Amino acid sequence: MNTFTLVLVGLGRNKLRTILTFLSVTVALFLFCALGGILDSLAESIRVGSESRLAVRNAISLIFPMPLSYRDRLAAVPGVEGVTFSNWFGAQDPNDPKNFFAQFAVDAETYFPMYRNDLEIAAASTPQVDVPLPQGMNPKLSAFMAERNACIVGEPLMERMGWKLGQTITLSGTIFPGDWPFVIRAVYRSRIKSFSGNSMYFHWEYLNQKGMGGRGAVGVYFLQLADPAEAAAIASRVDAMFENSEVATHTEPERAFQAGFVSMFGNLPFVIRVIGLAVVFAILLVAANTMIMSFRERTTEIGVLKSLGFEDGTIFRIVLAEAAVITLGGGIVGSLLAKFLIEGTGFGIPNLLPSMSVYWSTVFLGVAMALLIGAVSGIVPAWQASRLQIVDALRRVD
Amino acid sequence: MLANEGIVMASVEVSDVTKIYKRDAEVLKVLDGLNLTIAEGDFVALMGPSGSGKTTLLNLIGGIDRPTLGQVKVGGTDISKLGGRALAKWRSRHIGFIFQLYNLIPVLTALQNVELPLLLVRMSGAERRKRAETALNLVGLGDRLKHYPRQLSGGQEQRVAIARAIVSDPAVIVADEPTGDLDRKAGEEILSLIERLNREFKKTIVMVTHDPHAAEHANRMVHLDKGVLS
Repeated sequence: MNTFTLVLVGLGRNKLRTILTFLSVTVALFLFCALGGILDSLAESIRVGSESRLAVRNAISLIFPMPLSYRDRLAAVPGVEGVTFSNWFGAQDPNDPKNFFAQFAVDAETYFPMYRNDLEIAAASTPQVDVPLPQGMNPKLSAFMAERNACIVGEPLMERMGWKLGQTITLSGTIFPGDWPFVIRAVYRSRIKSFSGNSMYFHWEYLNQKGMGGRGAVGVYFLQLADPAEAAAIASRVDAMFENSEVATHTEPERAFQAGFVSMFGNLPFVIRVIGLAVVFAILLVAANTMIMSFRERTTEIGVLKSLGFEDGTIFRIVLAEAAVITLGGGIVGSLLAKFLIEGTGFGIPNLLPSMSVYWSTVFLGVAMALLIGAVSGIVPAWQASRLQIVDALRRVD
Repeated sequence: MLANEGIVMASVEVSDVTKIYKRDAEVLKVLDGLNLTIAEGDFVALMGPSGSGKTTLLNLIGGIDRPTLGQVKVGGTDISKLGGRALAKWRSRHIGFIFQLYNLIPVLTALQNVELPLLLVRMSGAERRKRAETALNLVGLGDRLKHYPRQLSGGQEQRVAIARAIVSDPAVIVADEPTGDLDRKAGEEILSLIERLNREFKKTIVMVTHDPHAAEHANRMVHLDKGVLS
């Protein structure tokens, strides 16, 4: 037996209360880490692509386009290895308008070679005709490349919508009005967690002809750089180049560009943090109440320990350690559960975060919060116990 | 282990001790300029009616309370001048407590309860266990080491408490109504055990009791009334 045994047997005194407190801390820290996982997943979502890509958009706002003619000028910038572009389409399924998913019109010849490391083709239609494929293009995309209104859909989105390869789907345009029939010619799977599997890609030229009357407006250009270290210099060069053109540009690393999307969630991260902390605070009160009750029930015993010669500091540490063991144990279990359960089951929030992550830093933060709960909830009873007068604890004035 | 070989046994000197308790506006003088000397190896019974101050005097001798005025010396140490930590350390080395309600830790076995005071001394776990077993054997509970207090009778619980009081080989044992919660037979066994500690192991015993029969086991009786010796 040692002093730590006293801590453990103290916890075993009222097993039901100890278990309930342990579980409440576990659940609270699970929630804290799960909410933290939303923030982690938002952070993950801005890690799309590498630092070696730049995004070029209209300097005024993302919703205003740029001319197609910029493509060749961008390709000529020293240090730029490749250029591709895309437009936000923003249509909806007329049968299920609330079931949002993202659609992008992309310059397929350059887009898929540039993003070949981010996605893989899980399934594709057999091509009816042979078409020459550009360098770096996945041969599985032959059928997609051969058809004007073909599209590629992410695997999770296919499952969610119940679509089949080869099926024709019709979307209703919102930015570009009208009915838009698409034939699903390939299904992609994300190679990296941050690349959403809930999107649809189709030929930019289809949009240009049917939706923009051939005027060639581009939403975003993506530049593949030879040397990521040159990113800042090239971004400045690009913006300077178009400074006095009809449309000025704003160039930034692709990661920062994605972060801009996240900022559209407004104060959501703040709200999530506040909810997480509120949960922790609520459980702090529960834990503190439990510890104080536990201390009060043992006043006489603490008096006896002191009479035997246990010093105030030792008593303080024993009571504090009890709180720490309960909350730290619950915190570790809850935090690890959040990580392995959420990541292991591929849990996600449809339309927002299809596949969630809980970073180790969040798990460690959860454990640290648990330790803090232990310290704060235990410090009052520990202080009271250490200050307790033996004669008061033994309660006899004869 | 328990025979105090080579150790000078304690004497208790209580000089001009006054103890005043304050409860809100009420001031209660429990001891009033009390003087008492207890010789080394003596067995003294403190008697008196409720509220006479006998338990308070016992607490002062045991170093779990401090006098408002006066001096308490035990084994030559003026314990009324010791600081909190020093007093705790002193208690762990020199005093053994026996309480009326035994005050065992219910979630610890008999052996663990007896080991408790030894946690404050540098020694191996094996040595601690051996000493605790010896103490429990001495009080006749060698076959109850793994029993929890709820599995023992009142008399057995008090014997565990006595084993706990003697395991660190203190010079002075203070007992507060040690038979107050026991039937006559169990009480007699406990008193015999305490008497044996005094006779065989030369422990100085200070015992508070209401019971004249229990007090007869002591070498000397001291009567208190309203905070003074009568």
